[in-house]
Amino acid sequence: MNRRDFLKALWIGLISIGVRPILGRAENEEFTEFMGILVDTTRCIGCRACEAACAESHGLPVPDIKDTSVFKTPRKPSTQQLTVVNRFETEKGEVFVKTQCMHCNQPACVAACLVKAFKKQPYAHVTWDKNCMGCRFCLYVCPFDIPKFEYEKAIPEIKKCDLCWDRFKKGMIPACVEACPQEALIFGKRRDLIHEAKTRIYKDPDRYYHHIYGENEVGGTSYLYLSKVSFEQIGFRTDLGYTPYPEYAKIFIESDDLVYILWPVGMWLVYELTKKGGSQ
Amino acid sequence: MSQRRKEVISFILSELKPKGPIFTPFNMITAPIILIGLIIIAIRFFKGLGAVTNLSQEFPWGLWIAFDVMTGVPWAGGAFCLCFAVYVAHFEKYRPILRAAILSGLLGYSFYAGALVLDLGRWWNAFNPFIGNKFGFQSALWLVAIHFLLYTICEFIEFLPVVAEWLNFQRFKRFLHSIALPVIILGITLSTLHQAGLGALVLMAKGKIHPLWWSEFTPVLFFIQSIFGGIAMVIFEGSITHRVFSYRIPQEIHEKHYSILIGLARGCAGALFAYLVLKILMFIHVYGWNYVISKIGIWYLVEVVGFGFLPLFMLVSGARNEAINLIKIAALMAMIGVAISRFNYVFIAYKWYLPLSERYFPSWMEIWVTATVVLTEIWVLRWIINRMPVYAVEKEEE
Repeated sequence: MNRRDFLKALWIGLISIGVRPILGRAENEEFTEFMGILVDTTRCIGCRACEAACAESHGLPVPDIKDTSVFKTPRKPSTQQLTVVNRFETEKGEVFVKTQCMHCNQPACVAACLVKAFKKQPYAHVTWDKNCMGCRFCLYVCPFDIPKFEYEKAIPEIKKCDLCWDRFKKGMIPACVEACPQEALIFGKRRDLIHEAKTRIYKDPDRYYHHIYGENEVGGTSYLYLSKVSFEQIGFRTDLGYTPYPEYAKIFIESDDLVYILWPVGMWLVYELTKKGGSQ
Repeated sequence: MSQRRKEVISFILSELKPKGPIFTPFNMITAPIILIGLIIIAIRFFKGLGAVTNLSQEFPWGLWIAFDVMTGVPWAGGAFCLCFAVYVAHFEKYRPILRAAILSGLLGYSFYAGALVLDLGRWWNAFNPFIGNKFGFQSALWLVAIHFLLYTICEFIEFLPVVAEWLNFQRFKRFLHSIALPVIILGITLSTLHQAGLGALVLMAKGKIHPLWWSEFTPVLFFIQSIFGGIAMVIFEGSITHRVFSYRIPQEIHEKHYSILIGLARGCAGALFAYLVLKILMFIHVYGWNYVISKIGIWYLVEVVGFGFLPLFMLVSGARNEAINLIKIAALMAMIGVAISRFNYVFIAYKWYLPLSERYFPSWMEIWVTATVVLTEIWVLRWIINRMPVYAVEKEEE
């Protein structure tokens, strides 16, 4: 009787372990290279043309870009503005910095999403779709605080930069890159962009702070930044480390199967050992 | 057969009617609260989360997650602990309170965490994690969701014998008895995983949670919290239901009440001790003394010393001196300790670097809805205890 019960429990455990790899099998993935955008903040003049182009191509209200009062306090992207440009006063003068989703190589939001509404597309775009159930776990974990939730709507969506995924599918470059009059933004293969960024630093070592933000941060991001001052001074978090964020939760997710095996066996042992002595 | 069916239906219909006086002080106070709560819930569904909550882009999770889910789930952990004690480890002493613990766990799960649907912005997609090709296996939250769902089913099956007895379904009850042990073992395994899984949610918020709280070990911490928090809840709830539903409780349980409480206090203290040892280790790992002299550091000490070590000493001394009241107060403090810890992970130690003006504080409507959820649960609990043989002493059949 007891052995039978135990076997039943064991079967349930084994089936659970067996089912997961079948369902979770990786889809056939072709090798593609991540694209990215290099932001050279030393070239940015704060014209906010990128903000306007972004709003236009995503069907959002287009901001008045002649209004310079927005620079008084640093802004964050919002449900209405997927990218914003901020002004920072630094030891080397004014620096303008464009902020939006960084498109991490291994994004925390994608690892967090339990309905696969967030996806890392093969060419680096981190996109959101309507499978979302609105749990906001992505907001909770994103190291850059990028996903924005429409709290004021009965049928809310998550809004964030999608690296112009729709335009990319049509063979067009991102709207912000196209709009930039200074070539402060360039779109290309992430690897080429890193070469370009390094070349700029080597060629003009006094002009640049010797670090490419996004090359290794949180395991690497598709947005890469160059700056003339250290990145703390222009609103970046420099304490995020180089470990991809999904790695932090992996330990738990992988020890899952172990619990399935060890717990029933352990409990069966306890059951057998306490059977005679313990019962009345 | 159809005669029997008619009997059962008429029995259920007669049981649906209220028993006892309707206009009691408890009803008079709680009914309006629940009604207003339902109105607020309606507003939330028609106008969006922003209309009733203080949630923001900076603080995506608030009171509903922190209390209903993060606190409600470990508080309901008493069910799997007692199942382990009685069915697996053969501590027959606790069998009399097992059904009550399972009921309280089942209701806790159905209500507190059922209230999670209120918090889901796109609630009509709530079944997406389980349907079609939308399984987000890579997500800790997916593991929590699936284990949570499966465990709630297990818990329902664990409670079904009471329903079968209530409706006098003998053959069904024998069938349930035959599958009891595997269901319970599976239930404990699933409990471990979703209780620990809640702890895994905070892992990816590294950098946003104060180093005194963030740790790779949070899954283990959360699991242990569910043991002592769950047992503390059994002690606390037991001491209330013991008084309120005294007339439903057989003499046999009344006599054993004190010895059961003391045993539970020992178990609770053991788990709490293990938890605090881990907490100390974590504190040393992050060089915690560098952070202690600050507002957030003192708050940490309040949680760990005031609602950790203090209830531990009270439980130990209460169990040794058979001081029942001390045990009850200590249990309540341990429960509050779990709540504080969970609140910290959700919005207090989360983004501790933001100034007070940008911080989250629950709106009165969020608090009201939480009260509504808890009170509704108490109503259902009362309805079930007054009808089903929750406190009947089950004889072990071999």
